[in-house]
Amino acid sequence: MYPSRFRYEAPRSLAEAIGLLADGGGEAKVLAGGQSLVPLMKLRFATPELLVDINNVPGLDYHREDADGTLRIGALCRHADLERSDLLPGKQPTMAAAAPLIADPIVRNRGTLVGSLCHADPQGDWASVMVALGGSVVAEGRNGRRSIPVADFVTGPFENVLDPDEIAVEAVVPPHRGTPAGGYLKLERRVGDFATVGVAVAVETSAGTVTRAGIALTGVGGSTIACTEAGGALTGQPLTAEVIEAAGDLAAQAARPRTDHRGSAEYKRHMVRTFVIRLLSRTGPAAGEQAAAGQAGQGPAAERAA
Amino acid sequence: MTIVYDDRGDEATAEIPMRRIRFTINGAKKVAEVEPRLLLSHLIRRGLGLTGTHMGCDTTNCGACTVLVDGKAVKSCTMLAVQVDGHEIETVEGLATASELHPLQEGFKEEHGLQCGFCTPGMMMAAKALLDANPDPTEEEVRWALSGNLCRCTGYQNIVKSVLWAAQKLRSESG
Repeated sequence: MYPSRFRYEAPRSLAEAIGLLADGGGEAKVLAGGQSLVPLMKLRFATPELLVDINNVPGLDYHREDADGTLRIGALCRHADLERSDLLPGKQPTMAAAAPLIADPIVRNRGTLVGSLCHADPQGDWASVMVALGGSVVAEGRNGRRSIPVADFVTGPFENVLDPDEIAVEAVVPPHRGTPAGGYLKLERRVGDFATVGVAVAVETSAGTVTRAGIALTGVGGSTIACTEAGGALTGQPLTAEVIEAAGDLAAQAARPRTDHRGSAEYKRHMVRTFVIRLLSRTGPAAGEQAAAGQAGQGPAAERAA
Repeated sequence: MTIVYDDRGDEATAEIPMRRIRFTINGAKKVAEVEPRLLLSHLIRRGLGLTGTHMGCDTTNCGACTVLVDGKAVKSCTMLAVQVDGHEIETVEGLATASELHPLQEGFKEEHGLQCGFCTPGMMMAAKALLDANPDPTEEEVRWALSGNLCRCTGYQNIVKSVLWAAQKLRSESG
């Protein structure tokens, strides 16, 4: 399968890339990892006139932690970079759990977190993780830079708020104020499939009390679902069994699952509750734990060690 | 490489946006003139005639088209040929020398790691990327490294054994 014909540019600087996008006038697309865009182009679901390949733009392949604990993920940081990162275990348990569960190992070599957010697939795992963490996207265009919370960045299936001349240059996770805990659980029929149900939980605790809580869901609605009520029910509380169960119930209520070939709506809703409770019931940082529901062994952790 | 189109006499046909790329494949330097929409898998199979790289699903699922770009496993149906400009590609044809099979190829032979053989080149290239990074993987690590490659014949048991066989051979050769 071939994509339809397009013009291709591979700029060597961000300014040049932005200029090309501006000239493209809405008919241009940015190519980063290409693991979603290229398949869409081959199926002719996406038919950009101009493809601006940013892989030759230097200085975008980073992920780093600022002195205050802010985590920054550049537009060319691959899923595999995050999977093998030393910066995530312990400090970013939700991201550390999600990274080995994105697509499959070969796709993870190319695909990027920022690209995944921009692609805004309702089944995207990173969007839930970033919403749970209160993350944002930094966009750069002709008029400079702006920061957009991930929760506001995605406006619908495969839609985001970027202007035609803007490039998402990095994703930002704000610093933790308490001890971070949580994780990401993904029920998938096989490696590489979209999530039947995905649940991201990111909590911060201080002196036994939850100081911040974010819960977001993948695959159980038309887009990523932010469970603000479930998060609110946790904040200011100790993580007792009752509090955890109440959050599980609220998250299950927030889900909008549909019956399809991956499972019934009832089953998916039940799994949301189960996953929320399972993630919250873990005490302490969950980094490096086997997060894949229904997958035997210590795969992701073992692979990260490799 | 040459692609022949129907000439509809229109502007779109007249203006095919070709680009010149330079790359290395299995150690040999190449230059090619390609249309940007040409897939890497097509450059390899049609442009270079290296048909060891198989096209399976053509939808980023099966991994049969796996090759290494700068040492990293990629699905060549999901990368544009223009993107390898300045980069290095390895395909299954680069494994053996004129006189000797690569230990991975030997392993698949010894452990009966294939039946129909369609997925095998992709399996070998994904396995090569694993063994380059981790010369002594556990069975579990091999299974995870190959989890982006589908095989519909073997049930994977012998593929995993083949890769472990190759790992052992490579270690004994280097040690």
